[in-house]
Amino acid sequence: MSLKRLAGLSGILSILAAAPALAEGIEAGALQATNWNAIVIFAAFVVLTLGITYWAAQKTRTAKDFYSAGGGITGFQNGLAIAGDYMSAASFLGISALVYTGGYYGLIYSIGFLVGWPIIMFLMAEPLRNLGRFTFADVASYRLGATPIRAMAATGTLVTVAFYLIAQMVGAGQLIELLFGLPYNWAVVVVGVLMIVYVTFGGMIATTWVQIIKAGLLLGGSTLIAILVLAQFGFDFNALLAKAVEVHSKHEAILLPGPAVANPINAFSLGIALMFGTAGLPHILMRFFTVGNAKEARKSVFWATTFIGYFYILTFIIGFGAIVLVLTNPIYHEAGDIAKGLLGGGNMPAIHLAHAVGGDLMKGFIAAVAFATILAVVSGLTLSGASAVSHDLYASVLRRGRVDEATEIRVSKVTTVLLGVFAMALGIVFQKINVAFMVGLAFAVAASANFPVLLLSMLWKGLTTRGAVIGGFVGLVSALVLTIVSPGIWEAVLGYPKGSSLFPYVSPALFTMPLGFFCCWIFSVLDNSASAKAERIAYEAQYVRSQTGIGAEGAASH
Amino acid sequence: MDDKSLSRIQNDPNYKALVAERSSFGWTLAILMLVLYYGYIAIVAFDPSVIGIKLSGFITVGIVMGVFLIVISIVLTGIYVARANSRYDALTKAIVDAAAMGGKK
Repeated sequence: MSLKRLAGLSGILSILAAAPALAEGIEAGALQATNWNAIVIFAAFVVLTLGITYWAAQKTRTAKDFYSAGGGITGFQNGLAIAGDYMSAASFLGISALVYTGGYYGLIYSIGFLVGWPIIMFLMAEPLRNLGRFTFADVASYRLGATPIRAMAATGTLVTVAFYLIAQMVGAGQLIELLFGLPYNWAVVVVGVLMIVYVTFGGMIATTWVQIIKAGLLLGGSTLIAILVLAQFGFDFNALLAKAVEVHSKHEAILLPGPAVANPINAFSLGIALMFGTAGLPHILMRFFTVGNAKEARKSVFWATTFIGYFYILTFIIGFGAIVLVLTNPIYHEAGDIAKGLLGGGNMPAIHLAHAVGGDLMKGFIAAVAFATILAVVSGLTLSGASAVSHDLYASVLRRGRVDEATEIRVSKVTTVLLGVFAMALGIVFQKINVAFMVGLAFAVAASANFPVLLLSMLWKGLTTRGAVIGGFVGLVSALVLTIVSPGIWEAVLGYPKGSSLFPYVSPALFTMPLGFFCCWIFSVLDNSASAKAERIAYEAQYVRSQTGIGAEGAASH
Repeated sequence: MDDKSLSRIQNDPNYKALVAERSSFGWTLAILMLVLYYGYIAIVAFDPSVIGIKLSGFITVGIVMGVFLIVISIVLTGIYVARANSRYDALTKAIVDAAAMGGKK
C-alpha cells in the first residue's frame, strides 16, 4: 500500500470519526455535547498509529514478521506490550467502576488478574519461548499429533478471542457513544475498520507498537489522575478512604469483600478463573514469540508484572477518588440527581473523575486513551484469532504444512477482515451485555480449555494426543455449558425466571479447570496406542529443548 | 536433535544442575505464590470480617494484604529473573557450547 493511499485512508477515517459526531452532536444536543478535546487527541493517536502501521508494513516480509514481529522485540518493549494487552478497557473502566460501586470488591479482581503472572514466570515463560514459533498450538503440538491438537487449540483460541472481542467492542461502542456523541453502531464500525487496517497491513510489528504507545499513555494518564486525586487530600490516602466511607451509601461496608463473594465457592471459582485464565489467553501467549529468546521472555514477564501491578494500585485509588468526587457531584448524574445513575452508564466513573480533577482537557485525554486502549486490545485479539485460523487450521490441519508463507499470510489477512466484520456484527448484536461478565467468561474458558493442555504438554511426560484433545474439549464445552446455565446468562440474558438456573455460581472454573486436567490425565494414562508410546518417548527431546533452547526458533542469535 | 546428542546433553552435569535447580526453585516460588493467594481467598471466603479490621485510621487488614500480594508478585518475579540471569543463563550457555562442540567432533 502506498503512502498516498494510506494518508488518504487516514483522512477518510478521521472524517468518518468526526462527521457523524458533528451531526449527532447537533441532533442530540442536550444529551451529549461533542468533546473536541477527545476527538483531537484521538485523531492524533490514529494518525500516529497509522504512520507506524505504514512503517511496519515496509518491514513485514515473512510469516515470522507478520505473526511474531520477526522475534525482534526486546524484553522491556514486550513487557510493555503485554501490559498493554492486559490493561484492556475492561480493566481500566471496569475495575475502577467496581471499586466505585463495591469498594474493596474491586481490589479482589485486581489481585486475581495479577497473581497469574508469577505462575507464568516460574513454570511457563521459558519453555513456552523455547518450544513455540507463532501460536501456543505450536507448543502443545510439538510432540503430539499436530492435526487434532491444532484443531482443538484453534477452537479454544477462537472461542476465547470471540468472547473477549465482544466485550471490547461493546465497551468501545458505549464509550464513544458517550464521549464523541457518535451513534453506537458507527463507533463499532470505526473500531472494526481501524483494527483491520493495523493488523492486515502492519501485522505483529504494528500491533505491538500500537500496544506499547497505548500502554505508555494509559499508565501516564492513570498516574496523573491518581496524583490529582491524592493532591486533594494532601497526599494522605487515609483521608481519602475516610471521606469515601463517609459519603458512600454503604459506608464502612465498602471496606469489606461484599455480597458477590460471600459464598466461598464463588470466591474460589472466581480466583481460579482470574489466576489461571491469564495463562491460557491466546493473544497474551502469542507475545512470548515476539522476543528473541527465553531470557527476553523472562524479562518481558517481569516488566509486565511490574506495570500491571502498578496500574492496579492506581485503579484502586481512582475508584475511591471517584466515590468522593463523582458520586457526590450532581453534574455527573442523569438529570443532575445523585440518586440516579451515572451519565453514560455504570462503566464511566474513571472518565467522570478525569473531568472532576482535570476539566474538559483531562477528560478528553483519558477518553481518547480509553478508546485507543480498546483499539489496541482488539487488534491483538484479532491477530491471535487470525493466526489460529491461518497457521493452525489452514496451513497445518487443512494443507498439512504444504503451503508457502505468502499464501499463509494472505489467508491470515483475509481471516482478519472476516474476524473484524464478525466482531462488528457481534458488537452490535450484544450491545446490552455486561462487559465485565464477558471478560470473566473468556478467562474461565481459557483456564479450563487452553491452560491444562498447554501446561501438561510442557511439564508432563505422560500426556498423549488423545488425552490432550479429550481434556481440552471437555474443559471447553463444560466451561461454556455451565456458563450458559449460570444466572448471569440463563436469567439475565435469556430471561428465564430467577432461581431456575441449573448452575448457581458466578464462574465455572473451580469445577471445569480440574475436570479439564482430570480428563487430560485419565485419557492419557488409558491410552496404550503405539503413537502414545512414541509421544512419551519424544518428551525427552522436547524437555531438553524447553530447558536449554537448543534448536529453538531465533535462539541462534545469542 | 539425534539420540546421541540428546543423551550427551542429558548426561551433561551442567544440564542436570540446571534442570534440578530451576525446577525446584520455580516450583518453590510457584507454591509460595499459590499458598499466599489462596490463603487470602480463603480469608475472603470464610471470614470476610478480618478484611475490614482497621489497622490505622481507615487502612484495613484487607488493603494491606491486597497491596502486599501485588508487591510480592512483582518482588518474586524479580527474584526469579535475577537468579535466572546470573545462574541459569551461565549454565545454559555452558550446555549450549558443550553441545555445539560435541556436534563437531
